[in-house]
Amino acid sequence: MSHASLATVGRPRRVYLFGTCLIDLFFPDAGVDSVRLLEREGIEVVYPQGQTCCGQPAYNSGYHEDARTVARQQVSLFPGDDPVIGPSGSCASMMKHHYLDLFRGEPDFAEVQALSTRIFELTEFLVRVLNIDLKDLGAPQKVAIHTSCHARREMGVAGDAEQLVDSLGNVERVGFERQTECCGFGGTFAVKHAPISAAMVTDKVDTIDASAPDRLVGGDCGCLMNIGGALEKRGSSIRVQHIASLLWERTDEPPSN
Amino acid sequence: MSARDNILARLRVAPGSGATPGVRDFGVIEALEWTPAERAERLVRLLRSVNTEVHETTQATWPGLLRELCVAKGVGRLCLAPVTPVGAAASEALAGSGVATLAYDRDIEAWREELFFEVDAGLTAVTAGIAETGSLFVVPTPDEPRLLSLVPPVHFAVLSRAVIANTLLEVLRAQGYGATMPTNVLLISGPSKTADIEQTLVYGVHGPNQLVVLLTD
Amino acid sequence: MNRPATEFKERIQRALDDPQIRTNFRRAMDGLMAKRAAMFPDADELEQLRDLGAAVRRNALARLPGLLEKLEANCQRNGIIVHWAESVAEANAIVLDIVRKHGGKSVIKGKSMVSEEMELNHHLEAHGIEALESDLGEYIVQLAGETPSHIIMPAIHKNTRQIAELFVEKLDGVEFTEDAEALTAIARGLLRRKFLDADVGLSGVNFAVAETGTLCLIENEGNGRLTTTAPDVHVAVTGIEKVVETLDDITPLLSLLPRSATGQGITTYVNMISGPRKQGERDGPREVHLVLLDNGRTTSYVDPELRTTLQCIRCGACMNHCPVYARIGGHAYGTVYPGPIGEILSPQLLGCDEAGALPGASTLCGACGEVCPVRIPIPKMLVRLRREAVTRDAASPVKDAGAQRSTSEALIWKAWARIHAVPGLYSLVTRTASAFKKMPVVGPLKAWSSVRTPPRVAGRTLHQRMAARGSTK
Repeated sequence: MSHASLATVGRPRRVYLFGTCLIDLFFPDAGVDSVRLLEREGIEVVYPQGQTCCGQPAYNSGYHEDARTVARQQVSLFPGDDPVIGPSGSCASMMKHHYLDLFRGEPDFAEVQALSTRIFELTEFLVRVLNIDLKDLGAPQKVAIHTSCHARREMGVAGDAEQLVDSLGNVERVGFERQTECCGFGGTFAVKHAPISAAMVTDKVDTIDASAPDRLVGGDCGCLMNIGGALEKRGSSIRVQHIASLLWERTDEPPSN
Repeated sequence: MSARDNILARLRVAPGSGATPGVRDFGVIEALEWTPAERAERLVRLLRSVNTEVHETTQATWPGLLRELCVAKGVGRLCLAPVTPVGAAASEALAGSGVATLAYDRDIEAWREELFFEVDAGLTAVTAGIAETGSLFVVPTPDEPRLLSLVPPVHFAVLSRAVIANTLLEVLRAQGYGATMPTNVLLISGPSKTADIEQTLVYGVHGPNQLVVLLTD
Repeated sequence: MNRPATEFKERIQRALDDPQIRTNFRRAMDGLMAKRAAMFPDADELEQLRDLGAAVRRNALARLPGLLEKLEANCQRNGIIVHWAESVAEANAIVLDIVRKHGGKSVIKGKSMVSEEMELNHHLEAHGIEALESDLGEYIVQLAGETPSHIIMPAIHKNTRQIAELFVEKLDGVEFTEDAEALTAIARGLLRRKFLDADVGLSGVNFAVAETGTLCLIENEGNGRLTTTAPDVHVAVTGIEKVVETLDDITPLLSLLPRSATGQGITTYVNMISGPRKQGERDGPREVHLVLLDNGRTTSYVDPELRTTLQCIRCGACMNHCPVYARIGGHAYGTVYPGPIGEILSPQLLGCDEAGALPGASTLCGACGEVCPVRIPIPKMLVRLRREAVTRDAASPVKDAGAQRSTSEALIWKAWARIHAVPGLYSLVTRTASAFKKMPVVGPLKAWSSVRTPPRVAGRTLHQRMAARGSTK
């Protein structure tokens, strides 16, 4: 899977960023901080302005033609051999794995297949390709991680986010009960089955609250929107943040002048 | 066309039907190997973990132990197979003990009520033990019929250490059944149990509430 | 939404509103997940076992027609009478006929999900035959006039107090007790007599071995052994997919099934039956029948992707690990098979009109696929069946494909696709949204906001910020 392609990637000079639609509209800091982290490693980041959404919402709703229409718009934006970095396990998995099903038998399948080997989730890329070395400059902080189900089970990158957070010297990583259970977002599930989704996220924030981290970070903005919104609604002081923002915020050296 | 023909016809036209499938690699099970001592230790540990009474004994002493256990448990009537070596040894040891022995030498129809309500314990031999799962591989026979290990509240099972195998796969292969299996083959791994009431474990439902294994050398 | 979909949502709401259901399931599922995890301490070994389990089932399916013929021939050689049924109606008629030929009054049943699929108890009772469940969980469910809420633990939705009250209400001369042991003893006592008196014992089958003509049944209570041994006639009902090729195939499936299902190393009993009572044998049924049921399975078989559903060995691990099932319980699904496997199986058995909404009740978190001992790609199948549910296609192998399609939803996705396939349009929409910063709290956002604050649109989109940084092309 991704390990095979990692070997061939080496340390690239240039990468593409696929920013995702949720980051674009709701969490642009996560996108910018991802770029900053990559650029600090000496990598040029290309952000094609034509990108919109990976197509997952329609795909998971069963509207595969519509999903393909949108997916096709993305595929054309990332020519060449440069890796494509997604600060989202879910969107990265859509492009890496589900595009293959979505485009099977289509004339552009070969192009999609080639693209799929170049897709990386951000933390996976930082850890496994860049072997990034982080110097923590921040104050002591307790951080809990919520890894999205797609990052965990489809991309297999749960350990990468943990490794990154653990490498921050002043951060104490705290766990919480039923940590690997879904937060109940599920994309359109949160709308179509709002009552189940509400029950799930309520349980999730109960367990997060109980372990009292200062902050909850994650690699997927859908989960963060879900969990963050529920924490905020109940007046919890725990704030959610994309992992790229946590990493950047704590390791960015103020300019010396 | 019959239902049979229709079903088979529909299956036959399916793409990939009859294709040569991938190989099944049983290596992960074949790799489960323990020494004889480990096999016995594992079997005993697993059986005990599910409420089985296991007594480590010998070929020479188990009948005496059986007698003691029957008396201690208040077994009045023990059903066994007097014509088998196990049954013969037990019969001899129990003579004069106050524990009556009886044979399952009639068709069940002739003594259904008696077996269900008036027999306290059954005694059977065990063909093989299975270390992986802590199971007794029991093959009912005309002398030790199927209900003997099931209906009486206590099941005494005599197993020799020498026949404890690693896995069920190993036992089945060793039996060399080919295309013909005995009418009934059983794995027994503990007394009857249920957890259907709020996951509370209760031993002794429709089968024996005591499984007593006499493990001989 | 069609009627079944609306009713599905109503059942979900009722389940969510019932704190007892929430508590009972959560507690049970937490326990089952922990027990399963403890049973597979070696992750590599587990993955190899799952590979083997999947290979065994795929092999059986690849050779299914030939193996069914072989199973039939070997069963017949062993003296087992084999019947084939295309539909549940045919299967019910076969069973009824057998029962009528042998006294025709009472049937004692071991646990069988296929008999639930057939609604066999109703059918027999409608013809004046008592059909009594003997598995304790099934017995409880039958007493309550309910259906199983879990395929392995049928009464898991009830706590001890509820069962105690049920026994007092339904059984003569029973005193209230919350002692599980005492409750079990009551059921045992009542059922003991029934095993003696029943004309026919009816069971399911866990695996049917083609090369030997052997029926394998697993269980803990001993009721399955009694059902298949004490009455004069044993009838086993099973789906045609339950066949495996060789005796070797049994070990890996046995190694996976109980551990995945209930976190037990093995069930108390594994009962391998290869025929009726032979000359000289003292007990066992004088007749053994095997009823092979299709009921839509051949339709799934035709499609290579849908066929993976037939790999299922009915362990229930997918429901034990499903965060949706843990919250709504088995009855909310309204189908014989609940949880993730039910969500993919039911639309295939019943069609998209009846069950097309089921695959939607999943976050696609993948926990089901992660634990499936035979590697059924359940999440992928959920997406496939969501597509079948909203795509009208006469060539689809799934019955009533497209039945869940609504014009308004289809139009929304068309509009969504248009916006996201035309960058200029996307840019206009997102820039407008971020200029207003807030989204109106109506429709979906209203439901969202019941337990969450509404998402806040950033002042500038990532597109705008990246354009300003200049590292763009």
